[in-house]
Amino acid sequence: MYATSYHRASSVEDAVKLKSAHDEGKYLSGGMTLISTMKQRLAAPSDLIDLRHIPSLRGVRIEGRKVTIGAATPHADVAASRELAAICPALCQLAGHIGDPHVRHMGTIGGSIANNDPAADYPAGVLGLGATVVTDRRSISADDFFTGLFETALAEGEMVTAVTFEAPEKAGYAKFNNPASRFAMTGVFVAKTAGGVRVAVTGAGSSGVFRHSGFEQALAGNWSADALSNITVDSSGLMSDLHANAEYRANLVKVMARRAVASAG
Amino acid sequence: MGVEGIGARVTRKEDKRFLTGKGRYTDDMTVPGMKYAYFIRSPHAHARVKGIDASAARSMPGVIDVLDGKQLQADGIGNLICGWMIHSKDGSPMKMGAWRPLAVDTVRYVGDAIAIVVADSLGEARDAAEAVVIDYEPLPAVTETAVAMAAGAPQLHPEAPNNLIFDWQLGDGDAADRAIASAAHVTEIEIHNNRLSPNPMEPRATLGIYDGAEDHYTCYTTSQNPHVARLVMSAFYNVAPENKLRVIAPDVGGGFGSKIYIYPEEIVCLWASRKTGVPVKWTADRTEAFLTDAHGRDHVSKVKMAFDADNHITALKVDTIANLGAYMSLFSSAVPTYLYATLLSGQYAIPAIHANVRTVYTNTVPVDAYRGAGRPEATYLLERTIETAARELGISPAELRRKNFIRTFPYQTPVIMNYDAGDYEASLNAAMQAADWAGFEARRATSEANGKKRGIGMSCYIEACGIAPSAAVGSLGAGVGLWESAEVRVNAVGTIEVLTGSHSHGQGHETTFAQLVAGRLGVPIESINIVHGDTDKVQMGMGTYGSRSGAVGMSAVVKALEKVEAKAKKIAAHLMEAAEEDIVIENGELKVAGTDKALPWFQVALAAYTAHNLPSGMEPGLKETAFYDPANFTFPAGCYVAEVEIDPETGETDIVQFVAADDFGNIINPLIVEGQVHGGIAQGIGQALLENVQYDANGQLLTASYMDYAMPRADDLPSFKLSHQNTPCPSNPLGIKGCGEAGAIGSPPALINAITDAIGNNGLTMPATPMKVWQALHAAH
Repeated sequence: MYATSYHRASSVEDAVKLKSAHDEGKYLSGGMTLISTMKQRLAAPSDLIDLRHIPSLRGVRIEGRKVTIGAATPHADVAASRELAAICPALCQLAGHIGDPHVRHMGTIGGSIANNDPAADYPAGVLGLGATVVTDRRSISADDFFTGLFETALAEGEMVTAVTFEAPEKAGYAKFNNPASRFAMTGVFVAKTAGGVRVAVTGAGSSGVFRHSGFEQALAGNWSADALSNITVDSSGLMSDLHANAEYRANLVKVMARRAVASAG
Repeated sequence: MGVEGIGARVTRKEDKRFLTGKGRYTDDMTVPGMKYAYFIRSPHAHARVKGIDASAARSMPGVIDVLDGKQLQADGIGNLICGWMIHSKDGSPMKMGAWRPLAVDTVRYVGDAIAIVVADSLGEARDAAEAVVIDYEPLPAVTETAVAMAAGAPQLHPEAPNNLIFDWQLGDGDAADRAIASAAHVTEIEIHNNRLSPNPMEPRATLGIYDGAEDHYTCYTTSQNPHVARLVMSAFYNVAPENKLRVIAPDVGGGFGSKIYIYPEEIVCLWASRKTGVPVKWTADRTEAFLTDAHGRDHVSKVKMAFDADNHITALKVDTIANLGAYMSLFSSAVPTYLYATLLSGQYAIPAIHANVRTVYTNTVPVDAYRGAGRPEATYLLERTIETAARELGISPAELRRKNFIRTFPYQTPVIMNYDAGDYEASLNAAMQAADWAGFEARRATSEANGKKRGIGMSCYIEACGIAPSAAVGSLGAGVGLWESAEVRVNAVGTIEVLTGSHSHGQGHETTFAQLVAGRLGVPIESINIVHGDTDKVQMGMGTYGSRSGAVGMSAVVKALEKVEAKAKKIAAHLMEAAEEDIVIENGELKVAGTDKALPWFQVALAAYTAHNLPSGMEPGLKETAFYDPANFTFPAGCYVAEVEIDPETGETDIVQFVAADDFGNIINPLIVEGQVHGGIAQGIGQALLENVQYDANGQLLTASYMDYAMPRADDLPSFKLSHQNTPCPSNPLGIKGCGEAGAIGSPPALINAITDAIGNNGLTMPATPMKVWQALHAAH
């Protein structure tokens, strides 16, 4: 790791101020990817502005069916939230299977979606729920937020402060682990929301998380795993790597989608 | 033998310090003035090095010096060697290309060391390393085993045309060909044994200390055999004469073979310490471990197994290409030859066997022994082949094996080994019973009803370990003898230090060796300390690998103990005015048999050191040394059964049960043996289902981290059902065999036999990843 200066931000304003004072600085919200990258000397931010200790960014808040998850809320807190489990258990389950216990106690939802790893779980949950990403300056719909591999709509210096969504009528998440990294080799989040059925796929797309309109249409007409039986998943646009080629991922997309529907609660 | 003697489930004495973080590993060693080394490594798989410019780096903050291969060569430091000479079938010696500790003109794999930066901190050393400008001319690379000898393939070493290191054979080719020609059935199969990275928990590390005043060197290192390290560094690498070089391997966190070898880093850090005048420490990070620790396996083979009309095996013919990587590592040549082809008879009476083995250079990390070393490759090949034959012949795999088992001992195979004892059917029966083999079809039907594919597979392994009689290995090309030494020092108050040339890096010697002594003398286990891993303390030793510490290392302790006991008896007889032959040692006392006369052990020890009243002419003291050279290898054997359930939608394999029935002869500590078997099976499951080193066509290592190299985790493993059969080994005084490698040797074919049984497609290669199983399943239907 190259030398870097660590700052613990006390508030959102403080964090934004620190970031604007350090051109080569980076926000740190768990660091589950950033710190490893820095240790390999593949990233060299001059300053790290740690967001995890900003009180207003932490916690799961629920008003009626509206859910707000602070950006610096660790996965373990989301997984353990009984209030959230009562209205959207699929997201608790998703958070509870990210990485390992260390990752779940350090990594945060804001850090995960701002990084937008194509094999991360949260992008599927956020896109599948049709959530809104709240930043220090605006609100961005999930459909507009994830723009490509490790790319988001966030502007330079913009930070995620929360993720909000209306609890869906039903939702489910099923993932197939990469045998080495245990990231999602394919993960599918399905949700029956007020705005319609949404199906989001992570781990499989060569441009990152994506929605599957064929599945959405089929499930809108018939919310059941069997509704997906006759749909063929096109392997073009899917990733091929050491662990899985596009054809196998196409199979997994369908199998995981069916399992996500079957498990939806 | 009492609660702490042989056979007792004594919990490990060493675990308190390991489990509380108090182990002392090489990287924990800190000495005054110590500086840090960073190795500059080739980013290219194959390149000419046209120049190294370290001028800017030398003036950077904290930098002591930057040293390269030309300086090392100018100081007379030698090349790395392979210590086992193999001759090709045309009589020519193996073609050993030069492996310089720091590459001079050519780099041959990604990770090949070129230069070293020594600085006040690791960070400063890394910063300076980035400022060293190296002018590379990239060359084409070859990484694939099967194509390394192809016409037009990039050439690694001028000494080895077509990248061929040797073309060796064992057995009678004509006899095998004749049997195949007249066979009632011939099973043919191509076998791939995947390349593995050893991944010990502790990465390699070394601390080189040169004392200018004494002209003396100390090397702390993560070694399985510190005395061999000293011998090789002294005799071949010209680092320092043996009397000026102390090698210490303190606590070592796993080795699995990868820490047998002498790597460039130990040599370079010792030399750098002399050059710079400061102690120099280096510790690998995990990426360096993937890039530079010797890999294991990587064979491709073609096999023919012939049967007569009664399904007896009449011949086995094997043609293997083994990838040895970019350079010949210390024992690399022995692994695909004398540790592999000599085991191709397995548990079966096969009249004619012929193996042809060609080894090749490629632009990859050197390949050497890894847990099992040659024997897993032999077992996988044989057990996949016989399973395939059973399917082709339409008889049960157990029946075909049973029909061909060796049943009388000693048994001379056509491939050198002379099996001394065994009862293969006992293990087969125990494993099948534990697995409820008879009930499998009902379980399969239940799985089918649930939309799953269920399969069962077995593997009957044999291995040769305890390596081995020195004269025998010497005649086969080994550069060293493979005996072991021990010293038993009884202190004046009766406590005991046992010094052993074996080295524990996870095996639990501090417990098992102490059990041996406690049991024989009847003294408390707490009064015994095991000392190992330091060339200044232990006179000599050959170290720990090849499951040899029990069979060879403990046998040396037995020999030394016998001498100590004989002297103690003489003293006791003298003091009690009894005949020497009437003295027995029991429960911590020396007794006159048939009387109530007795002296406590400590009192006899004290008498030996006060020397006030010893038999006439006896030297004072109670301390003896012994060297033990085994009469034969030991031959652990057993039967493993794996049962799997496969999700046809995803290709995921669930190991629903795993049974191991092992014959390790007499067992010192069942708790530790079970742990060894568990660990070995875990590594075998890793090889069968998860692990695979992969390079791209340019020689870049694609699996250089745990993001891409799949290590087994706890939830990849089932509970293991273990049992032990016992045919005591007649070749050593304790009747013990070896247990360290069996799990890794026996398990991969059982798993692949089970998976191929489940999916009905025999053309599956390791590792059986979900994608490959899914593809094979859909190709089969």
